[in-house]
Amino acid sequence: MGMTLAEKILSEHSGKEVRAGEIAVVKVDLAYAQDGTGPLAVRKIQEMGFEKVSNPQKTFFFLDHAAPSPRFELSNDHNFLREFSERTGCQVSEVGYGISHQVVAEKEVKPGEVVIGADSHTCTGGALGAFATGAGSTDVAVAMALGKIWLRVPETLRVVVEGELPVGVYGKDIILHLIGRIGAAGATYKALEFTGDTIGRLEMAGRMTIANMAVEAGAKVGTFSSDEITRDWLNRMGRPGDFKKSTPDPDAIYEKTIEIDARTLSPTIACPHQVDHIRTIDEIGEVRVDQVYLGTSCNGRLEDLRVAANILKGKKIHPKTRMIVTPGSRLVYIEALKDGTMETLIEAGALTMPPGCGACVGLHEGVLGDGEVCLATQPRNFKGRMGSPNSFIYLGSPAMAGATAIEGKIADPRKYL
Amino acid sequence: MKGRVWKFGDAISTDHIIPGRYFYLRSNLPELSKHIMEYERPDFSGEVSHGDFIVAGENFGQGSSREHAAIVIKMNGIQAVLAKSFARIFYRNCFNNGLPAVICDTEKFGEGDVLELFLEEGRIVNYSRDETVSFLPLPPVMKQILSDGGLVEHVKKYGNIRLDF
Ligand code: SF4
Repeated sequence: MGMTLAEKILSEHSGKEVRAGEIAVVKVDLAYAQDGTGPLAVRKIQEMGFEKVSNPQKTFFFLDHAAPSPRFELSNDHNFLREFSERTGCQVSEVGYGISHQVVAEKEVKPGEVVIGADSHTCTGGALGAFATGAGSTDVAVAMALGKIWLRVPETLRVVVEGELPVGVYGKDIILHLIGRIGAAGATYKALEFTGDTIGRLEMAGRMTIANMAVEAGAKVGTFSSDEITRDWLNRMGRPGDFKKSTPDPDAIYEKTIEIDARTLSPTIACPHQVDHIRTIDEIGEVRVDQVYLGTSCNGRLEDLRVAANILKGKKIHPKTRMIVTPGSRLVYIEALKDGTMETLIEAGALTMPPGCGACVGLHEGVLGDGEVCLATQPRNFKGRMGSPNSFIYLGSPAMAGATAIEGKIADPRKYL
Repeated sequence: MKGRVWKFGDAISTDHIIPGRYFYLRSNLPELSKHIMEYERPDFSGEVSHGDFIVAGENFGQGSSREHAAIVIKMNGIQAVLAKSFARIFYRNCFNNGLPAVICDTEKFGEGDVLELFLEEGRIVNYSRDETVSFLPLPPVMKQILSDGGLVEHVKKYGNIRLDF
């Protein structure tokens, strides 16, 4: 009997064959936390009485949410993490180096690995063929201290996406469509495994967007087989030796198969205040927008910035709308500076922020006021997430962000392509 | 221990439980815990009493992995969270902090009802309605973590993870 990707990776990491529903204690290849969850994780490590961590080279703390810090309390948290890391040999990814999930995808995550992060969007790493999942600070503290975690091996929902993606439709639209179909709890406790010819052609940026939002359907992981596109990504990141084949067995047992015909998709939007309140662009009507936010662990990659820049090239953003752009990592930032993407965005009227989570979690760099409306490329639109509980967040693709910035209302990117 | 029901709806996220804008208070848990659920019920922290229950609908605790959500519930003296379903990370976080999260038919509880939870026996007595609601037993792993007093205590006790069921 064949195994799903999740079963395969967890079996390899627990030293025995494990199947959906079983509890496994698995070896962790990479463990990380960010500045909002890291201090608690460190305190839990200390509470458990550990003086060191099991694998400091593969233990990271990312200063990404409050970067640079807007409050002294958060600066103290940063210093707490720096001091702990200095003492224990753990790695710190400094302010301005980018969002944890983006940086680990560039530098660390390998196909077939188990990756545990104290951030729900750790599942982004599934795009590279890893079993990458988010956990709370205590679970991550244990993963750091002991190099292992207990997991229930998830049942897998297989998502088959086939057909040519229409112009103006991207990975973001695929995942929003899926969440609209199965709901924000549609994959709770389960793995989503993405496959089909559309997925096979999708570049790594698009796969990461989809994997990132797997958790928005409640999933533990969103996995992809590693293939030539994965290999190209690792080559581009200067890590050719990190490639490994990571695929499910052809006769794996799935709980269910969900089919998506990519040809029927159109630009898709999640409406306030819940990620499964899904509308297509044709259903959305007129929604005036105060702020457009491009970036985050969901859509802060070079490809995303380029798509928006292509739409905004030679145009100006709407006078009543501000557009904020936050590259996902320093590498993305440098590449977008070198190829002129940043220049195009700034000339059109966008503001740029240092690499990091930026405005996504309502801390700084674009906090929404009462009644304000934002079209964001981030993965989440809960009430009050970006500031006032009386503000409204709509989620869409980077292309939609570009079109919306021009028109000052949620706009169809297909007109500009 | 008996406690009162505080009822919430479906899809309560960790952002509802403890808003992201209090990020800067995460190293100051007593201050942070005052802001529990404040968009849903201003001054919830002031009104809730030790031993009360949070009762909700589907997908309670969805969203961010912030364990602070489970911690502030515990710090406000809530004895258990009862919901029709829970988001995955939040569910683990509860047990890791010694807070029971029970999946049951919460339609049977109304605001202010007085309940008593019998965790081992899988039932909840609703004194206000003179009714008993039973629920499926907790998964053995969760039971063990809870009886050890949370995951930190578990690891302190065994020096390891001892949960191979
Ligand atoms: S960009 Fe937003 S969703 Fe992604 S890790 Fe940062 S805060 Fe979380």
